Amino acid sequence: MTSPQVEVSGLTITVPGIEGGTKAIVDDVSFAIPRGEVLALIGESGSGKTTIALSMMGYTRFGARIAAGSIRVGDRHIDDMDDGALATIRGRDIAYIAQSAASAFNPSRTIMSQVIEPLLVHKLADRKAAEAKAVDLFRSLALPSPETIGARYPHQVSGGQLQRLMAAMALITGPELVILDEPTTALDVTTQVDVLKTFKTAIALSGATAIYVSHDLAVVAQMADRIAVLKDGRLCEENAAASILKNPKTDYTRTLLAAARPAERPRTTQEESATPVLAVSDLVAGYGRVRDGRPAVPVVHRVGFELARGEALGVIGESGSGKSTLARVIAGLLPRASGSVRLDGEELPYGMAGRTRDHFRRIQLVFQNADTALNPAHTVSQTLSRPLAFYHGVTGGEARARVSELLDLIRLPGSIAGRYSQELSGGQKQRVNLARAIAAQPDVLLCDEVTSALDTVVGEAILELIDELRRELGIATLFISHDISTVRAFCDKLLVLYAGTAVEQAGRDRFALGPHHPYTQLLLDSVPEMDPTWLERRRSQAPAALSEKASGDLCAFLPRCPAALEGSCDRVGPPSREDAGQSVLCHRTPADLHRAGGNA
Amino acid sequence: MITRLLPLRRGTDADQSGAQSASLRVAGRASSFLRKLPLSGRFGLGAVLFWLVTALIGPWVAPHAVGAFVDQEVFNGISGNSWLGTDYLGRDVFSRLLWGARYTVFLSLGAAIIAAFCGTSLAMLAAIRGGWLDELISRAMDTLISIPSKIFALVLVAAFDSSLGLLLLIAGITYTPGNFRISRALAMNLASMDFVQVARSRGEGAVHIAVREILPNMIHPLLADLGLRFMFIVLLLSGLSFLGLGVQPPHADLGSLVRENISGLTNGALAIIAPAVAIATLTVGANLLIDSLKGGGRS
Repeated sequence: MTSPQVEVSGLTITVPGIEGGTKAIVDDVSFAIPRGEVLALIGESGSGKTTIALSMMGYTRFGARIAAGSIRVGDRHIDDMDDGALATIRGRDIAYIAQSAASAFNPSRTIMSQVIEPLLVHKLADRKAAEAKAVDLFRSLALPSPETIGARYPHQVSGGQLQRLMAAMALITGPELVILDEPTTALDVTTQVDVLKTFKTAIALSGATAIYVSHDLAVVAQMADRIAVLKDGRLCEENAAASILKNPKTDYTRTLLAAARPAERPRTTQEESATPVLAVSDLVAGYGRVRDGRPAVPVVHRVGFELARGEALGVIGESGSGKSTLARVIAGLLPRASGSVRLDGEELPYGMAGRTRDHFRRIQLVFQNADTALNPAHTVSQTLSRPLAFYHGVTGGEARARVSELLDLIRLPGSIAGRYSQELSGGQKQRVNLARAIAAQPDVLLCDEVTSALDTVVGEAILELIDELRRELGIATLFISHDISTVRAFCDKLLVLYAGTAVEQAGRDRFALGPHHPYTQLLLDSVPEMDPTWLERRRSQAPAALSEKASGDLCAFLPRCPAALEGSCDRVGPPSREDAGQSVLCHRTPADLHRAGGNA
Repeated sequence: MITRLLPLRRGTDADQSGAQSASLRVAGRASSFLRKLPLSGRFGLGAVLFWLVTALIGPWVAPHAVGAFVDQEVFNGISGNSWLGTDYLGRDVFSRLLWGARYTVFLSLGAAIIAAFCGTSLAMLAAIRGGWLDELISRAMDTLISIPSKIFALVLVAAFDSSLGLLLLIAGITYTPGNFRISRALAMNLASMDFVQVARSRGEGAVHIAVREILPNMIHPLLADLGLRFMFIVLLLSGLSFLGLGVQPPHADLGSLVRENISGLTNGALAIIAPAVAIATLTVGANLLIDSLKGGGRS
């Protein structure tokens, strides 16, 4: 057996400590990768996974320093190289695929000129040969119209395509080692599957060794031959992928595995109350001028649901499907164009104007990103006392007592009250963000992707907290997410949004039975499973049955729908089919859909 | 599961902070503020405090009257009678400096603060209300910025006669649009932030959003702007004095002291160096202090 392609031993990377001295952010990490294999680095944010990946190129972020250890890639000792020598191998022998292709591409240059840049910089080919090579790569990465896509600018292609183009840029020099830093994290789940598939074949084809950085175990399970679990800069466990997933050796890996599979929560016991807390019907909203109850740019189209006290409704959809807009419209931040929003039977005014302070109090919105939702100039206690003073007139000592009660409720130590939000961790910020909403004592809590910016383990804890709070305090929760598995485990009812339309709506138990709307089925099929063979097993996405564009009242999913019917789907809008507590917006009958979903 | 991830550490710091009295806390905050200030910040604070005190008590400690001729010799060096020499008319530079400090400190600083207050308030209004009000205020500011400041001052002084109040007003109005532009840009950015959206969805009024949510996050760049504008106003006032429209002789602000002694530059007279150094220490000190204050309430 030959020696491994990449060998790292005793790698330690330090940053200057706060009170002099140094602090190790990567501590004594060793691993080896055989030629052509993929090693996944997995861990939560701050575990040093990206730092390790970047050190493979001899690069450390500002202030950090490789203090000890050796890095060998092929026959090069990266740790002994100076900057000049490193420049000759970066992008040529070792390539890097960043998390966000959208920000990694220069928006003012064509894609082609950027993809062939590594070849030109390292003088490996002339422009013509480089472009020919790029087109070949585009073809093998399954990009549409490979001959002409290079002439476009980055904003003219979709996110998934851009990520693949970034891979083309990395692979064009035929590198020995490719580093993929969370390449699919920013993508929709339906896009992610295709990108993962093309990455896997492209890497296998090029024969490169790869390091795949991710926080998502299910994604890693598809890609990696070996998995290294990191925690706080130390290597927890490193082994073949299958054995890590089946027999984790350390507690931490087990925690990660448990968090990746959301546990089913018991259903809320239904008390048959006369009026639901929140009732939304025929809601239409969007941006621009409203004419005849239709906005110029419609975002949410005729959505309706009911929410009882203590109940949780999950709203699922990809980015741009109008999920967040729905929450903003209910909160009044964006006035609705038509339709009704009733709170305990009382019709709410369209926008902010006309709503009473009590209306505001009873509907609280929790924003996705706690980093920006908390005012950096306020301390935790200032943040939490404001709704107390504003809605309940509670100030002084009583407010202080309430704040510490709230901190207790969200399981944060009381000492945190004097801190500013920058001094909190991501999970702590999200807890404070949540506590601010709870402080108002709302009837309805609108949670907009509250866990998507968090690590799996931390996100799971936040979910647990929301679940507990809504049960204890009887708060009706609208839980918005792009992650169907989380929603399925967490909510009593589900609502699937596609392009602003509710394509499917059902109770959790009913949802589990199926059949589903073709879009829901696509979402369900796209969620990666922990099984390493899932990506191969998964049937490739069926192409759209009809090449019709969605327009007017026609089904919005028509351009992507594999089950579209000629003569009805491209003629009239889809009817809403009610069947035993499930409503599906589709021309196909439930029996039809069942066949389509089942026989695959 | 949550408790395992985030162990409770209650009952340590919380008890202590509750026991502290309010006055103790204020004193504690002042001393901790001083301790956190870097060396440059402490120097700046010292310089600013020195000039504030000088401006307050200057006329009482000045050895001579402001217009008194103390020497036959002009541009004299240091002597027992005139500690910083004499100026182009044989007056005591040290005394004139002590008298002049109050014009620069109070007039310029006052005008800078007026400009910052007006500009920022209007900017907040424009950013929060938006729409036609924003348009109206912005165009009014554009109009104001297009009027040459010296001509504007000339007309006003001609109409109302020169007085300290008028000078304060002129300098304040002249520098309002610049401050408005900067603070409107800052406030616009902040107004679209999530935490402002949160406050809006809470039903907060415009005043709370402006003062409690937006202002604390833009105070640091605004202070930097204030420092810059302060120096511009020193220049404007000395320019006005040169035209005979500013501070009226025999009084002079620091800028005028430099200007009126400009003929002494060739022989390196103290009369021009001393007020120049005075302006330098004041402005550099103020800017050092501002730069060392950390923005956004970060500690």
